[in-house]
Amino acid sequence: MKNRLKVLRAERDWSQGDLADRLQVSRQSVNAIETGRYDPSLPLAFRIAKLFGLPVESIFESD
Amino acid sequence: MSSRNPAQRRYSRRVLGLTLAYAGALIGVGFVFRSSPPTGPLAWALALLPALPLVGIVVAMGRYLVEEEDEYLRSVESRKALIATGFMLIVTTCWGFLQSFDQVPRVDFYWAAILWFGGLGLGACANRFAR
Repeated sequence: MKNRLKVLRAERDWSQGDLADRLQVSRQSVNAIETGRYDPSLPLAFRIAKLFGLPVESIFESD
Repeated sequence: MSSRNPAQRRYSRRVLGLTLAYAGALIGVGFVFRSSPPTGPLAWALALLPALPLVGIVVAMGRYLVEEEDEYLRSVESRKALIATGFMLIVTTCWGFLQSFDQVPRVDFYWAAILWFGGLGLGACANRFAR
C-alpha cells in the first residue's frame, strides 16, 4: 500500500521521531510505514488521518 | 537514554534473570549429579531444574507479545518467533527421521530449545531483510 506519510511529515517539518511521539508508536513503526514495509492496522491508519486532519484515503492508496 | 519501550525493558530484564537462573541451575545440578547422584523423585526434580528457566524464556516472549503496545514491533517479533518455530520443527523432523533409520547419532531433546533460540536469530535476520 502506498502512502503520503513522508510528504505530509516533511510539510510540517516533523522528524520521524516527532511523528512517532504524536502517534504514540515507535520510530521504527513510522519508518516501516513510510517505506512501505508495513501496512498499519485500520485503527492506526485512522489515528494518522486524524492527526493530519485528512481522510484516510487521501493518505493511503492501494498499489 | 534507552530507546527501548517499557515492554521491551521488562522482557530484557526477565530474559536476563532467567538466563542467569539457567546458568546457575545447570552448573549446580551438574555438580550434584557428578558428586552424589540423587535418585527417585529428587533426581527428577533436580534434572528438570535447568529446563524451567528455558520454559520461562518462552513464556517471557509470549508475555512480551501480549504487553507490546506497538503493533509494528509486535508483528516483527511474532514473525521472528514463527520463523524460529518453523526452523526448529524442520530440523527436528528431518533429524528424527534420519535418526530413525540410523543415519545420524541420537541427540538429546533439549536441543530443540537451543534450535529455537538459534531460530530467533534467523528470524531477526529475516526481519532485517524483509521487503
